[in-house]
Amino acid sequence: MSEALSPSAGSTPARSLTSESSGAESIISVRDLRKTYQTGKVFVEALRGVDLEVRPGEFVSIVGPSGSGKSTLFHVIGGLTPPTAGQVIVAGRDVSKVGDAGRTRLRRDCVSFVFQKFNLLPNLTAADNIRTALFISGRNQDGFEQDFQDILDLLGIAGRLNHKPSELSGGEQQRVAIARALATRPAILLADEPTGNLDSRNSLAVLGILRNLNDRLGQTILMITHSSEAAEFGHRIVYMSDGRIVDRSALQKPEAI
Amino acid sequence: MIQKLVWENVRFRPVRTLLSILLIAVPVTLILTLIGLSNGFLDDSRRRAEGVGADIIVRPPGSSLASFSGAPLPDKLVTLLSRQPHVTQATGTVVQPVAGFDTLTGIDLAAFDKMSGGFTFVAGHAFQAPNDIIIDTYYAQQRGAKVGSTINIWNRNWNVAGIVEPGKLSHMFVPLGVLQDLTNNPGKVSQIYLKLDDQRNSATVVAGLKKLLPNYTIYTVREWESLISVNNIPMLSTFIHVIIGIGVVIGFAVVSLSMYMAVLQRTREIGILKSLGATKAFVMGLILWEAFVLGLGGTVFGILLSFVSRAVMRMIVPASLPQAIVPTWWPIAGAIAVGAALLGALYPGWLAVRQDPIEALAYE
Repeated sequence: MSEALSPSAGSTPARSLTSESSGAESIISVRDLRKTYQTGKVFVEALRGVDLEVRPGEFVSIVGPSGSGKSTLFHVIGGLTPPTAGQVIVAGRDVSKVGDAGRTRLRRDCVSFVFQKFNLLPNLTAADNIRTALFISGRNQDGFEQDFQDILDLLGIAGRLNHKPSELSGGEQQRVAIARALATRPAILLADEPTGNLDSRNSLAVLGILRNLNDRLGQTILMITHSSEAAEFGHRIVYMSDGRIVDRSALQKPEAI
Repeated sequence: MIQKLVWENVRFRPVRTLLSILLIAVPVTLILTLIGLSNGFLDDSRRRAEGVGADIIVRPPGSSLASFSGAPLPDKLVTLLSRQPHVTQATGTVVQPVAGFDTLTGIDLAAFDKMSGGFTFVAGHAFQAPNDIIIDTYYAQQRGAKVGSTINIWNRNWNVAGIVEPGKLSHMFVPLGVLQDLTNNPGKVSQIYLKLDDQRNSATVVAGLKKLLPNYTIYTVREWESLISVNNIPMLSTFIHVIIGIGVVIGFAVVSLSMYMAVLQRTREIGILKSLGATKAFVMGLILWEAFVLGLGGTVFGILLSFVSRAVMRMIVPASLPQAIVPTWWPIAGAIAVGAALLGALYPGWLAVRQDPIEALAYE
């Protein structure tokens, strides 16, 4: 997979390993983020003081083993769950200070998700899945195919829009999911193991698409993955372990994993 | 788009949808059948009362619209009433309940024929022997009886002497004297019908009779017909209200269960919608719309089933349980079904709204 999943020639390779970006104002700013889950009487510290800055137009990969807290970070940034402590500012909105309605607005207006399991509505065609996202975000759904032709061509699904998810391959479903995510013109695209359910050929294609979208449209992308090869498609790789952002060297130690 | 989402949801799980619609249809049919039976029975009674050809009905003191308490009126009252001003004819009948809503009526055939214009015989003839019975075509169909058949009522075998067109007083007739003897009411009748020289004299005659027979129940036939309605029969309207209540409870429970299952089945889909930024109101709206569609489908199906129940009644018990189709009750039954459906969807909708999007997305 390492050969198959490498960024295409010409793309900027992933560079540093840090949680910090420099230059323009951050589109994602996370300060001392903590998240504790309660399972019965047990408290689980999923995030233990995470700091992260992401600039507009960046493609950041977050890598870490299971239980490292990368999914929790993804969920907090995406407004799917509130933080326990710390500050999270996404597209100018302080996620740590809003309630459920505020997080719903964040999901509707600022962020879009691409999930490992595609998460398309199974009873709707690809086109209606995209229309549903547009409808929920309050955008016009009529003629989206024309407005969106470039992206549909890039994704290679223009001819598959009238099919239901069960009639599409995994790779096609994920492309539809990406199309749905992009349809609402989100400030940030959050991808959670987007290649986790795909074979290497489709994985390469989807990662290439994400990178292409970032290069061509300047789409900010935050992708979490357990695959360091997939992470290479980002501009920057952030490593997580035990609820913290760590150096790559720390992650390579067996006990850190 | 909401309508599309709801429609696709309903279509996506056709078995659940059809079962829900069928179950919601049950109380709708129950209500419409009961209302149809009440109205059908009363319409039938009205038609048969009108078919007697009388202008005034005299009933015993304290008698109610739907009850017959033996035969307490003396025969000689018939003679007395026949001599009142404007009264051209009087005839008494004995009415005895048989089973369920069926009654056996004793008539003085000659007097009854004169007042009503006579039976129209489809087959057979008038009474020729004490055990002869005349039945109408409804009852003949219900019992599968033909002229010459034997019908057993009160452990007595009656010979079907004639089968007549329906619409005159009763479904079964026997000679007055025979029924009086059989019920130990010799010389007594249940009610007396009066024919006047002119129907326009009805009010005057009723007023005079009320003076003559204080406490007796005396109506013009028109009054009597107008009084035969569900609202004027207290036990019937209470019964209907109870059935409607049961219908609401069944509709509520069915939709609640159905929507609860739907919410469980669609946990991940609700999570997806939430990840797309769907508000609580949107999710609740979706559930309620779906319940509305199921309620509406159940109403339409329930109405269709009420036609089926009428056809079955007509085939099996056309005389005892005449069922009318009462379109004025369709919107009422529909409102009950849809209301119960919406009520039943509230709790599952609330569960859906409260679902944690992360847990919902992880649901398998």
